[in-house]
Amino acid sequence: MSVTLYIPREATALSLGAHAVARALSDEAARRKQSVQVVRTGSRGLFWLEPLVEVQTGDGRIAYGPVQAADIPGLFAADFLNGGKHALNLGPVESIPYLKNQERLTCGRLGVIDPLSLDDFRAHGGYEGLENALPMEPAAIVKAVTDSGLRGRGGAAFPTGIKWKTVHDAQGAQKYIVCNADEGDSGTFSDRLLMEGDPFCLIEGMTIAGLAVGATRGYIYLRCEYPHAHDTMTQAIASAYASGYLGVDVMGSGRAFDLQLRLGAGAYICGEETSLLESLEGRRGQIRFKPPLPALKGLFGCPTVVNNVISFASVPIILQRGAQFYRDYGMGRSRGSLPIQLAGNIARGGLVERAFGVSLRELLYDYGGGTRSGRPIRAVQVGGPLGAYWPESKFDTPLDYEAFAAGGGMLGHGGIVVFDDTVDMAAQARYAMEFCAIESCGKCTPCRIGSTRGVEVIDRLVAGDRAAMQQTLLRDLCDTMLNGSLCALGGLTPYPVLSALDYFPEDFSKPAALEAATS
Amino acid sequence: MSARKRVMIPVRVEPGADLPAAERSAVLDAVNRNRALEGALLPILHAIQDRLGWIPPRTLPLIAYELNLSRAEVHGVVSFYHYFRQHEPGKHVIYLCRAEACQAVGAVGLEAHAKRALGVEFHGTSGDGRYTLEPVYCLGNCASGPSLMIDRELHGRMTPQRFDELISATPAAATPAGGTAP
Repeated sequence: MSVTLYIPREATALSLGAHAVARALSDEAARRKQSVQVVRTGSRGLFWLEPLVEVQTGDGRIAYGPVQAADIPGLFAADFLNGGKHALNLGPVESIPYLKNQERLTCGRLGVIDPLSLDDFRAHGGYEGLENALPMEPAAIVKAVTDSGLRGRGGAAFPTGIKWKTVHDAQGAQKYIVCNADEGDSGTFSDRLLMEGDPFCLIEGMTIAGLAVGATRGYIYLRCEYPHAHDTMTQAIASAYASGYLGVDVMGSGRAFDLQLRLGAGAYICGEETSLLESLEGRRGQIRFKPPLPALKGLFGCPTVVNNVISFASVPIILQRGAQFYRDYGMGRSRGSLPIQLAGNIARGGLVERAFGVSLRELLYDYGGGTRSGRPIRAVQVGGPLGAYWPESKFDTPLDYEAFAAGGGMLGHGGIVVFDDTVDMAAQARYAMEFCAIESCGKCTPCRIGSTRGVEVIDRLVAGDRAAMQQTLLRDLCDTMLNGSLCALGGLTPYPVLSALDYFPEDFSKPAALEAATS
Repeated sequence: MSARKRVMIPVRVEPGADLPAAERSAVLDAVNRNRALEGALLPILHAIQDRLGWIPPRTLPLIAYELNLSRAEVHGVVSFYHYFRQHEPGKHVIYLCRAEACQAVGAVGLEAHAKRALGVEFHGTSGDGRYTLEPVYCLGNCASGPSLMIDRELHGRMTPQRFDELISATPAAATPAGGTAP
């Protein structure tokens, strides 16, 4: 009898040898004249266990990991095709505590299904949201999204329903749906995991958005650093067209929705929505003044919904299970769930989707297991390169947009980068300014010039060259950038800089003698 | 009668007529396949770089002419985006992640090692023409860093030793996608 095995074809799993494992497995099975069917899936996001091999048995899917090609003969010898005992046997995959204790509302199909199989997608609830949405009045779809409490998952956390309503109410012969898949923040990969593991979910969410606001054309703006996601999305879009889920007559409804995938070209700023629109129009990714809002004058001057991948991907379940179902998760004004990403120096890195309200400490230690290096955690940066560096005293903060803002940080796209006690926080502050200088679009002075001046001032500060004065200067510069920049790049770069300075001042100071000698 | 030098009147040449055939056809193919798209310039530039490995500055007048843009506009776009390359790369391009999540697990040391091993700074090509080293700001492999990508192949948990093994193992000949991705 043929045994079904699941091995990810997702980028992280591949970076750790998944292709070699799949090849070794097929070779060994052939040698043993054992019939196996290997399904290549997305990743469940338990990265310390990748490459993770799952075997379909009478008792469900049994996981083995992390598997290397050299382990394959031993696994066969241990009868792993029947769930046999082996050092790498992790038991039923759904019982792994890291996964079991999650609330996977948006990412439920990741690692479960064949990402390019529409049958598999539908067998797991796919396109039920769109089926429900098709007979609804557009305003009712918008209301469902508003009632769900969904807020933009890209980082700005603007209520999605309100944005959609603005576009719905706007007049325009052509409206657009634009998906921001320019996931440039270090420490984030949930967009990528979703696109590689469940691409039809994103297509479904964007199609529902099109119905809701009366847009017939959509674009996914994907960063070029994600070639695997590009391949998967390209194939998924083609097969959605071939099966009538995209095109002039979506699911026989007579309503049209066209979707195109576009590649960015390595500019972080294009994750900012107006830069992204400029780039889609074929120009330099320089930001636009707001107003007008993209919702009113967006792509090619037309009313445009711009949302992040996870925002769109959260819509199908809202239409499938109802706004109330989604709304019942979360805390305060942060409703539903957030796919959180544990990254950097972390023992058990990966994707943790939980309702809002889980604490940073729980994520770092209960899920993450502390650092990969085994040393104490000294700092975490939440929310990407523009997020604040926080010390341990803040680890009890719940993941909630307002709680993070109140603590002087931001939740952003839900990426958490962990650093152990060997980190030099002055170097991290300097890097924040350097990154801003490299990625600035150049439109406004505080960002374009301020970032370069910031690097210089931090260098002088660390060298102990009239340190007190440099610190005053740095804070003044940060104030200018924070209040004078046109967008979040220049406007938020002071967050990592000032938080490093405030919470880890010892890393910036040189011996007092040097200070005295130079001042 | 003394011989007078004749004044040459330049004949107007169609832009791109002086380009090497491969570059000219790469540009024209890219333009013809993508011309109808809304905001076609980026897809066209990607198609050119996918084919040639870079966007030779001498092709800009032809791109501009075909799209009815000014050369300045095309130059502005090509030079804005880090990914578009105006110098011919080596046979393979190594994209080394410099971002925070990789820094937390040793990316700074790996960067120094890579530069030493290849004898280049960022954007440079090794003396044997095999590798161009480019910085990249996140490959989305943030729980399994330090990360790098060689052409389209992603590698995680990189160490200096594994880096050396990788660069000696990668074939000297360009793969079909060599030097063109991600």
